[in-house]
Amino acid sequence: MAFKIIVCAKQVPDTNVIKINPKTGTLIRDGVPSILNHDDANALEEALRIKDKYEDVTITVVSMGPPQASDLLFECIAKGADEGILVSDRAVGGSDTQATSNVLVAAIKRWEKDNGPADLIFAGRQAIDGDTAQVGPQVAEKLDLPQVTYVEEFELAENMKDITVKRQMEDGYELIGLQTPCMLTTIKELNEPRYMNIAGIYGAKDIKVWNAKDIEVDLTTVGLEASPTNVYRSFTPAPKAPGHKVAGDTANEQAKNLLVELKGKHII
Amino acid sequence: MAVEILKDKCIGCGACFKSCPYDAFEFEAYDGNKLGKVAKINAKCSSCNQCLTACKFGAIKEVKQEAKVDLSAYKHIWVFAEQRQGKMQNVALELIGEGKRLAKDISEDTQICAVLMGNNIEHLAQECFEYGAEKVYLVEDPLLENFTTDGYTKVMKQLIDEYKPEIVLYGATHIGRDFAPRIAARCNTGLTADCTHLDVKVSKYIDFANKNTTLDTSTLDPNDPDTGIKQTRPAFGGNLMATIVCPKTRPQMSTVRPGVMQKEPRVEGATGEIVKVTPEITAEDIRIEIKDIVKSAKEMVSLTDAKIICSGGRGLGDASGFELIKEFADKVGGVVGSSRACVDNGWIDHSHQVGQTGTTVKPEIYFACGISGAIQHLAGMQNSDIIVAINKDPDAPIFEVADYGIVGDLYKVIPEIIAEWDNAEALFDASEK
Repeated sequence: MAFKIIVCAKQVPDTNVIKINPKTGTLIRDGVPSILNHDDANALEEALRIKDKYEDVTITVVSMGPPQASDLLFECIAKGADEGILVSDRAVGGSDTQATSNVLVAAIKRWEKDNGPADLIFAGRQAIDGDTAQVGPQVAEKLDLPQVTYVEEFELAENMKDITVKRQMEDGYELIGLQTPCMLTTIKELNEPRYMNIAGIYGAKDIKVWNAKDIEVDLTTVGLEASPTNVYRSFTPAPKAPGHKVAGDTANEQAKNLLVELKGKHII
Repeated sequence: MAVEILKDKCIGCGACFKSCPYDAFEFEAYDGNKLGKVAKINAKCSSCNQCLTACKFGAIKEVKQEAKVDLSAYKHIWVFAEQRQGKMQNVALELIGEGKRLAKDISEDTQICAVLMGNNIEHLAQECFEYGAEKVYLVEDPLLENFTTDGYTKVMKQLIDEYKPEIVLYGATHIGRDFAPRIAARCNTGLTADCTHLDVKVSKYIDFANKNTTLDTSTLDPNDPDTGIKQTRPAFGGNLMATIVCPKTRPQMSTVRPGVMQKEPRVEGATGEIVKVTPEITAEDIRIEIKDIVKSAKEMVSLTDAKIICSGGRGLGDASGFELIKEFADKVGGVVGSSRACVDNGWIDHSHQVGQTGTTVKPEIYFACGISGAIQHLAGMQNSDIIVAINKDPDAPIFEVADYGIVGDLYKVIPEIIAEWDNAEALFDASEK
């Protein structure tokens, strides 16, 4: 029987290139590209490496988002994933991490009904737009799977059962052993994601778009109403009052003037 | 949606459209006004409430959420007192300090409690008391010797079910961020990640917002008796700040970045109540095996404790630029920091990263060298006492937060600062004459 991997992925705006209109205080969205979330690219890459190494491995990418997020599934399949599933439905809009994990869990369970239980689930540690790192562990909890987060090294034994990972800590790492099935959340240090390949780009794409009814999810557990957290207010950060430019015609003068200022204010 | 459009008040002007960061407004036909259309909220709405003050006609209404559990059954503030190998983590002490302030804002009899899990760690309870905790829940078991997701989640759930705290705070560490989401899922409650500011009283939130943000607080009532936690955090990659509430479920839970909150001054010999709890846990509960715990041999970067930080950004051009930054840091007795872009480019290790997804810092002096000042970077360093920015681009956003800005080539300016550093006193004396 095939070794079945599920990768949870999210399409995100490239938050590094977003700017704020200083007059209106709103985000300037024009020209901001949507990308495969960074940590999720590492999740997919690790799945692809298992597929490269072992026979009879399948990779299914599961995502939730607006219809255009199917672009991300195109990209994942062009890199080597077998199929992609996008859950897209207004009913799931406004979901916080808790409600989002309910959606993903329902989608995974629905998929498992047709395909049998997944052996391994990868997710990126966190998405660059929300930076919460909560959805992965919450999916694991609701599927009753053991988890390791912040995975920076991964090895699957030939018995396709025993896994050894390095879990990154702030001050080093932990070496952890566990068995499939489990959930692992991945970070940048794990690997270098590959590019799409030509055959993949032009090949057939097995992309399914499912709505809330398709995944048989309890509608009282998804969307804004079912989300325990709500936004109270949101705003753009207030810029601190700007200081002043240090004068000087040459680099040396600027350096000297800076040091005089710092010394004068007893900063150094 | 968190807001609704009152069709009888909407005149169809579309003024609300530009208040929305997510492009979630559109028109729909409506025959009750002159323009024959009203605003409608589409699926892109992320319920951020930015539009609440955008309508002059009062057509945008906030939709309040109803409680799902008996909120009054939950009381007191808890801090997960994270310890590693018997050493208390600083962030836990910071959270005890913050939690104490919040507790007194809720009510006189709201207590600040620490939850201490591990093995042979009773001595750490004293540390919790000395930093302000009134009560310590102590859970000791050989199975809790080291952190495991399964073990710690199970025990925390047991404690929450039994003692029903109103608020639980965790450090946003690799441990807190691992198991807090699982507890939230198991308790079916809300969790807000990486908070940088917490309030319970509406009046205090208004003060905070007026002082530090662009938020129009006119829709908030300072006399509102609500004491639910208001958790402010960067959102949208740090381009927005959002304040999150958890109105329907309990406990309310947050993870908080290390280095953000203030410890209380230590009171030697302070005491409090210790509640010993026997964990309902067996070896079978823990589905992973920790084979080894390795402390990094790599250079320890202690950005949070640094008095001076010299940070490099994309303006360095390539990885070799960090050689100059290192030389600069060595000269001034500082530590090397970095923007996210440099880490993403592989120029320097992530441990040096300052910003929303890196380390939050507040040194006495922060030198930003070739850093443009993306908001996610600013989120991690704008509380520095003094910010000095060196950048070629006079319009770089970093200059908006810098106390001192030098417009120039960092490869020319920094060597001059290094050369003149030891002469600072003489230069100052000379300038006085």
